[in-house]
Amino acid sequence: MIPSTSRLVRPVVRSLRASTSQSRSLATVSDPPVRHYGGLKDQDRIFTNLFCRHDHGLKGAQSRGDWHKTKEILLKGDSWIIQTIKDSGLRGRGGAGFPSGLKWSFMNKPGWEKDPRPRYLVVNADEGEPGTCKDREIMRGDPHKLVEGCLVAGRAMNATAAYIYIRGEFYQEASHVQQAIDEAYKAGLIGKNACGSGYDFDVYLHRGAGAYICGEETALIESLEGKQGKPRLKPPFPADVGLFGCPSTVANVETVAVAPTIARRGGAWFAGFGRERNSGTKLFCVSGHVNNPCTVEEEMSIPLQELLEKHCGGVRGGWQNLKGIIPGGCSVPVIPREVCEKALMDYDSLKDCQTSLGTGAVIVMDQSTDMISAIARFAKFYKHESCGQCTPCREGTTWMMNMMDRMVEGRAQEREIDMLLELTKQVEGHTICALGDAAAWPIQGLMRHFRPEVEARLAQFHAQHGNVLFGGKLQSEIDSRFAIPDNLGGDATRTIAAIA
Amino acid sequence: MSVARSLLSSVRTAVVRPAGRRAFTSSSSRLSESLFVHRDTDYNNPNISFEFDAANMKRAQEIIARYPPQYKKAAVMPLLDLGQRQNKGWTSISVMNAVAKLLEMPKMRVYEVATFYTMYNREPVAPNFLQLCTTTPCQLGGCGSTKILETISTHLGIEPGQSTKDGKFTFIEVECLGACSNAPMMQVGDDFYEDLTPETTIKILDALAKGEKPKPGPQSGRMTSENSAGLTTLTGKPYGPGEFCQPEFQ
Repeated sequence: MIPSTSRLVRPVVRSLRASTSQSRSLATVSDPPVRHYGGLKDQDRIFTNLFCRHDHGLKGAQSRGDWHKTKEILLKGDSWIIQTIKDSGLRGRGGAGFPSGLKWSFMNKPGWEKDPRPRYLVVNADEGEPGTCKDREIMRGDPHKLVEGCLVAGRAMNATAAYIYIRGEFYQEASHVQQAIDEAYKAGLIGKNACGSGYDFDVYLHRGAGAYICGEETALIESLEGKQGKPRLKPPFPADVGLFGCPSTVANVETVAVAPTIARRGGAWFAGFGRERNSGTKLFCVSGHVNNPCTVEEEMSIPLQELLEKHCGGVRGGWQNLKGIIPGGCSVPVIPREVCEKALMDYDSLKDCQTSLGTGAVIVMDQSTDMISAIARFAKFYKHESCGQCTPCREGTTWMMNMMDRMVEGRAQEREIDMLLELTKQVEGHTICALGDAAAWPIQGLMRHFRPEVEARLAQFHAQHGNVLFGGKLQSEIDSRFAIPDNLGGDATRTIAAIA
Repeated sequence: MSVARSLLSSVRTAVVRPAGRRAFTSSSSRLSESLFVHRDTDYNNPNISFEFDAANMKRAQEIIARYPPQYKKAAVMPLLDLGQRQNKGWTSISVMNAVAKLLEMPKMRVYEVATFYTMYNREPVAPNFLQLCTTTPCQLGGCGSTKILETISTHLGIEPGQSTKDGKFTFIEVECLGACSNAPMMQVGDDFYEDLTPETTIKILDALAKGEKPKPGPQSGRMTSENSAGLTTLTGKPYGPGEFCQPEFQ
């Protein structure tokens, strides 16, 4: 018995020794490989004529793969196209980032076939957000991508016609798009029996006349109907009652123009770029204090710093000279350098940074920028562009502009910073459309990150001119023979000048 | 009620003052940079006739055909633009009336549209209509629009909102024109002049004054909005039809 047991034990001991000499294979934690975004290859870029180096006409467009087997896409049917767009994870490129496949599917409610009304796709080419110049490059260089996109997206939502609402100032762009529409009609690609698919589809161009508010979807519909561009209340949503009282969907140029390429290359290809829920490629337009401002198509989720250094020659005077960046057009709050270092250019990352991707319009500001005056200029912009329909926005934008103009000079009391913030909160969310919100956010962003700079400006002014009353009047200008009303803040014991 | 009404009317008659003097309760409200109300002048009144010429009438019919027949009025914006082009770049009250007649819509609806949108000039403008963008991206980019504004003002001797005495230039400040990567920029008529510097601005103004038309687009030598130090993307030949597509679309 004894020898047999020893024989049994020995191999166990040996195996124990062997296992202690190796590293353990169980219960270890290893980091998953970190994926780095950015570095899109030319073969994966959708807009291959972004810089107008090639022919923008039909021949050139066809040589770059537009209108290739469009008939087969159309014959696949509406649900196939919508499913492909859903698979691709495409989100609206106009700023709100709503999933496009879902939005388009709202047009095909059960029983839509019984509705005799015509159905419209409306393309929002009213690119007016300061900082944004991406749709312009699409319409100049790749107008056929847009026209083909109208057809494909229109087929997906069973639309009968598309209206492209282009801003009036874009004359060259409008003529390129009109040329593309005419060529497509002549070649039988749109119109009756588009591409020989048996599907009838018209595309029309409508030029605006210079109103930022017409970029809002219901204002755009109003404007297209020949009225003042004043947003409508929702509901009813445009998918039920939209343009000319018919079901319609408003989509951004970029969203529509990428649809045919996604259909041809597959939803999985598009979804392969960028982080989850932020997939795809995107046009970024960089302006402001970079060495070489440009418009570029890149992968979503590219780090903001890399975007600037790779494609724009970096910030003027180096990264350390950066003061702040507005990452999505003038409607979104500014973020300071420390936040920019962590930010990825996608919807979720920028939302975590308390800002937004917006239209992907990056406005870079270096240390030489007077941040207060830059934001005050936006306040003036919103004052100019408010349509005047809702009181909080019509009055609020004017107040915000007046207060911001005084802040630029420093002619305000410290408590007025909080009054201004309260004012922005009273405008935000109390208007029909988002212009009121958009006017409020840049100011909130300024005060969130650059409040010390504003306070220093006020202190500097107070040191020179003495105390300031609410509303900007100097205390020294007050006639001391008369009582000062309480609400002018004249009796405020806490003055900035005293602190400084 | 009737007593109250008669009381009110008596008050009203009592308050009536000689013309030209303001009641002390009234305050002037300034709603916009330009006057919203139409006032008849010798150059802008409904008696000056305006008709679309034959070529524009044909264009107008093409435009109207784009919209559903019961929504003819959707064509009001393109037609006002057409009328403005025919009327030397500005929309007089007669242009508005002509559009209203053509589209069979109330005149007031046309006036509403013409006053809402900034691209309808309700005062005469010079043949060279300069619109300089001064919104923040243009203010920051390049040399900055403030410098360009000063350059234009000193070179032409006018402030924004004014026209030169020789009637060649009208100059205004506008909000973002959507060419932010090419800041600073201005629009002359329909053309964008981008990547401006004070020197190129003066060159453009001088050429315009001579009646020439300088080449639109970026004045810095780049073609559009690419990286001016050389392309960082799209350097090779673009891919062709069916390349990289799914098998069924190849």
